[in-house]
Amino acid sequence: MKRLVNDGYEVVEELLEGFTKANSDYVELLEHDKRVVVSKKRGDKSKVGIIIGGGSGHEPLFINYVGENFADASVVGNVNTSPSPEPCYNAVKAVDTGKGCLYMYGNYAGDVMNFDMGAEMAADEGIQVETVTITDDVYSSENIEDRRGVAGDIFVFKAAAAAAAKGLELPEVKAAAEKANAATRSMGVALSSCTLPATGKNIFEMEEGDMEIGMGIHGEPGVRRDKIRPADEVVDELLGYILEDHSLDSGDETYVLVNGLGGLPLMDQYIVYRRVEQVLSEKGIKVYKNLVGNYATSMDMVGMSITLVKLDDELKELLDYPTDIPNIKF
Amino acid sequence: MSTLVLDREYFINVFRDMLPFVDKESEHLQQLDSAIGDGDHGINLTIGFREVAKQLDTINENAADISTIFKKVGMLLLGKVGGSSGPLYGSFFMKAGKDVTGKNEVTFDEFCGMLLNGIESIQLRGKAELGDKTMIDAFLPGAEVLKQDSPEDPVEKFTAFVEAMKEGAESTIPLIAKKGRAMRLGERAIGHKDPGAESAWMMMEVFLKRLKEAASA
Repeated sequence: MKRLVNDGYEVVEELLEGFTKANSDYVELLEHDKRVVVSKKRGDKSKVGIIIGGGSGHEPLFINYVGENFADASVVGNVNTSPSPEPCYNAVKAVDTGKGCLYMYGNYAGDVMNFDMGAEMAADEGIQVETVTITDDVYSSENIEDRRGVAGDIFVFKAAAAAAAKGLELPEVKAAAEKANAATRSMGVALSSCTLPATGKNIFEMEEGDMEIGMGIHGEPGVRRDKIRPADEVVDELLGYILEDHSLDSGDETYVLVNGLGGLPLMDQYIVYRRVEQVLSEKGIKVYKNLVGNYATSMDMVGMSITLVKLDDELKELLDYPTDIPNIKF
Repeated sequence: MSTLVLDREYFINVFRDMLPFVDKESEHLQQLDSAIGDGDHGINLTIGFREVAKQLDTINENAADISTIFKKVGMLLLGKVGGSSGPLYGSFFMKAGKDVTGKNEVTFDEFCGMLLNGIESIQLRGKAELGDKTMIDAFLPGAEVLKQDSPEDPVEKFTAFVEAMKEGAESTIPLIAKKGRAMRLGERAIGHKDPGAESAWMMMEVFLKRLKEAASA
């Protein structure tokens, strides 16, 4: 194993300790629940509470998207495992200002069960919690509502957080998240497995020199395995799947994310971005803005995903909203 | 009607056996989960039962009744495990304890009723049907055995219960998953056993081992 950890069962606690110390201007852990990261930049204005979360091992997702005009809290689970109901509920108690809260997370069975139980606990106390599950991973299912959420999460988080920051009410904030989710499509490729810190072992086996198109962020098997091919060919294939699924036409504007999964050099990511930009420009699709880097990872997995958001004026305004979060300009 | 009575000591012992059990089977469960899930099923159960092991002495010393023991174990799993297993096994144990408040011993038939309550709660929370390639494929055939009047002998009946669950887990191998992470695999889930169905029958086997001791005592 090429991981620098102590006790593999303590990685989440030690991650959170380091993260909150490194970014103490922005975030802290709840005093009575160390699995809830809360923003120190919430201020005292009344707004819809934005709560995100999921398993650990995807850093900077989810904890790093907490800050000014972004998420108010992030609920933290074990590695690749959704948080339990109590921290989901405690996050609501911590950030609700009377206007209710919105839960947003990737669409996985475990997350749905636990966050739903957290929402039920909050409802028992009269706090309204709505939920938007993110479904950007194109190849994970034919039915959009069954798809899982991957790097496209961050656009949905930002759109809803901006709507909340503007003072909109819970139904409108939820609608903003749903709109961003519907406009967002992703597809990834893995060139290696990743290492579970508790066992030191790969979460799945992959031959050296192979790649898997469409692999999920937890190593869920994708479309097919193949020998690694040149970057441009891989990009063309991924974009092919995305564009087949997404109604992006000549003249449309898009927000592009080329996301590293943790172990892929930035050099390669820019080579990928270069090709994405070429293909889109050939099709007359305008890149409004882009992000290139590690925004949602799978620990030490070598791989990347491409996300395209189809923009309109409303989404542009929401995604341009000024935010202040640790380390990332977005 | 069986005359076997299970006291709180029996249940404390069973829950004490759970950590060595998951430690031993963790790798096997991870391998199943790596094939069609995310490879951490054994790890998350270990995390949960470590906490149970840590708190079991306190629960025992506080002279908790059987209902409280089950509810505490369920809440610890719910709080520590996360994922799908946390809410499902957490609900299972919490609801298994609901009808035996204040009791320090239960008859074998009452115990069967507790397990049926637990199984019902897994259905409610997970919303899975038979054939979806989940732990329900093990639990439902097991529940059918528990509901029958025969065999009368508790050890025979519980053995049949565990066997039915084990066969149910085997029956998931050729299935396409309709719930959970494996759902996205489509036909590629075929040929792999569901890790949740596997851990379910194995966990019930831990109850069986101690039951044999209790019956022969």
